[in-house]
Amino acid sequence: MSKINMVEAINLALKQEMKKDKTVILIGEDIGEDGGVFRVTEGLAKLYGNDRVIDSPLAESGIVGSSIGMAIAGLKPVCEIQFEGFIMPALDQLISHASRIRNRCRGRYSVPLVVRCPIGGGIKALEHHSDSPETYFIHTPGLKVVMPSGPYDAKGLLISAIRDPDPVIFFEPKKIYRAIKEEVPEKEYTIPLGKAKIVREGNDVTLITYGAWVKTAKEAVEHMSDTGNYSSLSRKNSELKNSSGISVEIIDLRTLSPLDTETIINSVKKTGKAVIVHEAQKTLGLAAEIIARINEKALYSLQAPIERVTGYDVIVPLRLYENYYLPNQQKIINAVEKVMRNAG
Amino acid sequence: MEKIINKFQVKYLQILDENGKCDEKLKPKLTSALIKQMYEYMILTRVFDEKALKLQRQGRLGTYAQTLGQEACQIGSGLCIKNEDFVFPAFRENGVYMLRGMPIEMLFEFWAGDERGMQIPKNVNMFPITITVGAHLPHAVGTAMAFQYQKKRGAVITYFGDGATSEGDFHEAMNFAGTFKAPVVFICQNNQWAISVPVEEQTASETLAQKAIAYGFEGIKVDGNDVFAVYKATQEALKKARSGKGPTLIECFTYRMADHTTSDDAKKYRKESEVKKWAKRDPISRLKKYMIKKKIFSEKYEKEVLARAEKQIDVAVEKAESIPRYKPEEIFNYMYETLTPDLKEQQEKMKEDLDSGVKEEDKAEEVKEVK
Repeated sequence: MSKINMVEAINLALKQEMKKDKTVILIGEDIGEDGGVFRVTEGLAKLYGNDRVIDSPLAESGIVGSSIGMAIAGLKPVCEIQFEGFIMPALDQLISHASRIRNRCRGRYSVPLVVRCPIGGGIKALEHHSDSPETYFIHTPGLKVVMPSGPYDAKGLLISAIRDPDPVIFFEPKKIYRAIKEEVPEKEYTIPLGKAKIVREGNDVTLITYGAWVKTAKEAVEHMSDTGNYSSLSRKNSELKNSSGISVEIIDLRTLSPLDTETIINSVKKTGKAVIVHEAQKTLGLAAEIIARINEKALYSLQAPIERVTGYDVIVPLRLYENYYLPNQQKIINAVEKVMRNAG
Repeated sequence: MEKIINKFQVKYLQILDENGKCDEKLKPKLTSALIKQMYEYMILTRVFDEKALKLQRQGRLGTYAQTLGQEACQIGSGLCIKNEDFVFPAFRENGVYMLRGMPIEMLFEFWAGDERGMQIPKNVNMFPITITVGAHLPHAVGTAMAFQYQKKRGAVITYFGDGATSEGDFHEAMNFAGTFKAPVVFICQNNQWAISVPVEEQTASETLAQKAIAYGFEGIKVDGNDVFAVYKATQEALKKARSGKGPTLIECFTYRMADHTTSDDAKKYRKESEVKKWAKRDPISRLKKYMIKKKIFSEKYEKEVLARAEKQIDVAVEKAESIPRYKPEEIFNYMYETLTPDLKEQQEKMKEDLDSGVKEEDKAEEVKEVK
């Protein structure tokens, strides 16, 4: 077992699933000889041929639309949309068709399709290369939405997505494409869709996040424990995990739809406080839905208003000001401290 | 240097003119039995259409899109489809559905507002109706690409109208089809009206067929009210597709004799005189004239065919209307293969609501389109 990054882990998952299942087909822009603009499909065309790793014309609706046709004909297309900002022309195919076909014909046809798509900012790119449009897809019944937070999860979640009988949007946070290296087993394994992961246990605050921000959240909590920069809270719990005195439980959602409400609610019932972190714009971002669910199922456990660390409701700024938009460690620490303070 | 580097031509095909005069040299081999079959299915399609319109006016069906005038496009092409092929219709192809063996009661069930009507039986090689214009064309090409990959013998055939040729998906699908030489036949029923927009305002192209040229394959324009011409063009296109020679676009030039749907009133935007002019080019009456000349038609036969069609349609309506309603909580069951925890919870809530006396709003007032 060797340490690899997320690009390599996704490549490995594709390679293995293609070897195992001849119906798995890749289609997208520049994914053949070029190996994709992020090199995720590197070497696969050579290995499996151009009829399985299809360099498509430059047409996102065509890519997703024809993938739907392949899926209903018995293939398992994994298409790549080059950047999240270019997925919009395919929105009609995803929202009006991929998500609805099973229902339209009462199960006669289904669409076992995976749309892989890099997402989010943090790479100082041009316009349309730094967005976080996951809400559109989460809001759409019939789609599943997945976002891994590192190489190990990326491999296991992608294999599950490919084997899933329904359309899955698999968002790959570009910020951490190469930023994290993890031990990733060579052998195939799956991580179930629809289940969140508690990446750090704690008792005072539930910190809910996903994708690139799991790494930042972990670092923020570690930073707090290193510096002990919070000390004035009232301690209810003896099992404090950091010297700042705040025991933070971090939940990595892994799947954004369907959402693992149970894991969130159980944690919030335990901690009585929650902070939600995402990079997408604030209004109707996933945090809004999570807060609603906590209100429905754990309101009386809450000791303080829930805090959100999100993007602002603006267009993501270009490279010089992008960092003002994005969450960061300090914003997360501030939010955690604020809920602790408010809880008295 | 300046020179012409390419020139293009578009073929037009008519075999049976509006007076029933047939160009025997162009006519494909057609047995009397096949010609009768053409006539009988066109009658069945028209009887279905008339019945559906009546039922809609009585409130027994929801909004319905008529086929009237386009019977030759559908039956002429539909008769060329084999079991190994696959069909992606738009929303006006009731004739094709019936031809491919779709139980007629399911069509009525669907137009009445029951999704189960589109639970296409396994032996019917068709996709459900697509309402959004042109969005099914990439699906058709994708299935054709899958057939290629799976080394299947069949071809894919897809139906759409003149309006769809303005949609991006039409162009993306045509480009994919040309690029990958996909075994697909595009049947454009140019009925000249996309709701209220006439085809001259839809495009500056002289024909819709010529749009195929830009994508590297043949487009042909046929008289869409001439069942022989549609049959011949489709037969050749499907044969070409099945033998790996790529796609074809067939523009069937026809006319939408009815309103766009039952929610539309075409009198508002088009002249009655135009409709009358096209009534003279009716696809069924010209076939009838031909059959009389060929002595394969009699008054007795005509009556029998009509009576048989009416009986078939009446039986189907009766069947459709006797199908018990499904339970409201079943609306959750087809979002995913397996119910998600959220959906389970919402489904339970719905059952509770129903048990506690929350009634379905069965007689919701229909919103009339603004005219």
